[in-house]
Amino acid sequence: MDLSPSRRTLLKGAAALAATPVTGFPAVHAAEPVTLRYLGTAVSQSSDIAKKVKEDLGIILEYIPVVTDEVTKRAVTQPNSFDLIDTEYFSLKKILPSGNLSGLDAKRIKLADKITGVFTKGEVNGKKIGDQGTAPRKVFYLEGQNAKTFASAPTEWLTLIPTTYNADTLGIRPDLIKRPVESWKDLLSPDFKGKASILNIPSIGIMDAAMVVEASGDYTYGDKGNMTRAEIDRTIKVLIEAKRAGQFRAFWQDFNESVNLMASGETVIQSMWSPAVTKVRAQGVPCVYQPLKEGYRAWAQGFGVPKTLSGKKLDAAYDFINWFLSGWAGAYLNRQGYYSAVLETAKEHMQPYEWAFWMEGKPAEKDILGPDGTLIEKAGATRDGGSFEQRMGSVACWNAVMDENTYMVRKWNEFIAA
Amino acid sequence: MSGLTFPLPPVGRGRGGGGADGTAPLDPDPPPPPAPPHKEEESRVAPFRPRRSLAYLQAAPLALVFLIFLVIPLVLTGIVSLWEYNEYAIIPALTLQNYADLFDGCLSADLCTTLRTYLSTVKFVVLTLAITLPLGFAIAYFLAFHIRSGTVRMGLFLLCTIPFWTSNVIRMISWIPLLGRNGLINDTLRALGLIRQPIEGLLYSDFAVVLAFVHLDTVFMIVPIFNSLARIDRRLIEAARDAGASGAQILWNVILPLTKPGIAIGTIFVTTLVMGDFVTVGVMGGQQIASVGKVIQVQMAYLQFPAAAANAMVLLAAVLLMILGLTRMIDLRREL
Repeated sequence: MDLSPSRRTLLKGAAALAATPVTGFPAVHAAEPVTLRYLGTAVSQSSDIAKKVKEDLGIILEYIPVVTDEVTKRAVTQPNSFDLIDTEYFSLKKILPSGNLSGLDAKRIKLADKITGVFTKGEVNGKKIGDQGTAPRKVFYLEGQNAKTFASAPTEWLTLIPTTYNADTLGIRPDLIKRPVESWKDLLSPDFKGKASILNIPSIGIMDAAMVVEASGDYTYGDKGNMTRAEIDRTIKVLIEAKRAGQFRAFWQDFNESVNLMASGETVIQSMWSPAVTKVRAQGVPCVYQPLKEGYRAWAQGFGVPKTLSGKKLDAAYDFINWFLSGWAGAYLNRQGYYSAVLETAKEHMQPYEWAFWMEGKPAEKDILGPDGTLIEKAGATRDGGSFEQRMGSVACWNAVMDENTYMVRKWNEFIAA
Repeated sequence: MSGLTFPLPPVGRGRGGGGADGTAPLDPDPPPPPAPPHKEEESRVAPFRPRRSLAYLQAAPLALVFLIFLVIPLVLTGIVSLWEYNEYAIIPALTLQNYADLFDGCLSADLCTTLRTYLSTVKFVVLTLAITLPLGFAIAYFLAFHIRSGTVRMGLFLLCTIPFWTSNVIRMISWIPLLGRNGLINDTLRALGLIRQPIEGLLYSDFAVVLAFVHLDTVFMIVPIFNSLARIDRRLIEAARDAGASGAQILWNVILPLTKPGIAIGTIFVTTLVMGDFVTVGVMGGQQIASVGKVIQVQMAYLQFPAAAANAMVLLAAVLLMILGLTRMIDLRREL
């Protein structure tokens, strides 16, 4: 029964990867395919992953791609419209109290104990990393399966199983800037008047602004990811002054806007996401994801399941999550410049030179290709920011939902109207 | 919107009114308003009871559609605007806090966010109207009076609607490569030696926003004005000419008064489109310019539905006031 073509191609694939051990795949669901409605952002919803999962497990993924805020909104307002959610960890502060998510049983996640310390302990190789904001560590465990509160110590119930995470910084156009950029405060430097941009997603934009304020030495926040009203006022005031002085060329809200602003030279320095930098470079335009001395603003997202999921679909969700951690998908995401939850398995699915480039920060031995075969870097190039340890180890804060979120959004609107 | 207030008049009467209209503008002054109400009274008294209930019956389907898709959602929005909310839930409790937040600081000397946002939006309405109205009128006039062949006229008219074959956003975005810092216009001017530094204000500015609005909305002016112009009895113009009126006088005293309904409808279209817009302002203004629609969108994205609802109610009131002002100037009911 199970010797379907998909199984055979899988074995062939495994053989091709020589030393790769197959980490106990669950039974193939080919007999009666299960469809999982997968709610998330386009970041990790690739058709290649869907194809591979169909081959390996016989599970059909039906992607529901929406923007980050919409994922949260759906999770809260339409919990029956999906079977699997891929959401940011900071959204949990909104979703969990709604009671629509069910904790995941760590015993059913085979590689649960292999998930990187970034999530479980807030550490990279034993070194503590920035904890401000909604660090995944703080919202990783639940008191019980249906608990609405987070557990402070490890339990067997997990909120989300990490899919992707990364460390964000400023993108710059070195060819148009012609001077070193070392600090977040350069975003508001008069040198770049009329050529800077910040993202118009209040909860993330304000943290970039807070990095700038702190870098300029004006003020040190208790927690950039959870400001007091006075701190919000202070941050917004800095932004409004900069806006009135004509510092910003435009604000951006989605990935492609940020790519266009940078590629066309409308902006030379701006908040940016890693794959956007890659995309600008793919157009032949020099663009650097500049590491800054104050560190990175990090984000992470992961899989969760709605409370209503049961039976076959729930089993399929666990199978899919286990498959996702088993290496192929992790390697796929690593090759795009993201990081995967279980590094060991991803490594097994990457060529040594790829691993050296993406994860160890070493110069590329050969041309580096993306998952779709496009050239990302020529041989000899190194990754901006260096190794996994250097990048994730320098995280200063995490994307967050503040306690004063409502007030913050109101003040942000004031900034836009100023 | 206005359809709700109209279900009363029987269908036949509208046409009778149109005929009466045709003769009216021969006078330099519009006819005195008392006449139509008088007629209305007559027609209200005259019909027998069965005919009256028939009229209600005829209006019922539309009224029902409006009830389900307009009145009920509006009432719900109004109710939600009085509720409390937190990060993940809305709480059915009566509060005016959402409105208080909305107008927070509006009494101080510095303009509050809401007022600033509305002023900015109203500014775009005025600018867009100031351009689309003359432009739309000129194009409609050309189509209606200068094109003799009906086929050519229809062809040109359809040409005006071609932009609608693509989406709003695409039409907007196509301006960006043209207007950008290193865009076509700046590059050309630089190549010609006319400027040294690129003109920054072309893109992500008020100018860009107005340009896009004119591009997107002029056709909403053209269509109703063209419709009004096409219905003008040509003999009126001949009569005016025979009576010795100059071209300008004919335009001002004959054509313009007869086009008023078209102008009013076009103005309502453009006003509501600009008031409620947030995509154009966002894309062309580089997200740096506030708009009421954008504020509502942000609040929705952050699950602050009651706040967004309160904002929507205020926006609705503002737009209704503007339209009310407009209908004070032009009695649409009479003119149609």
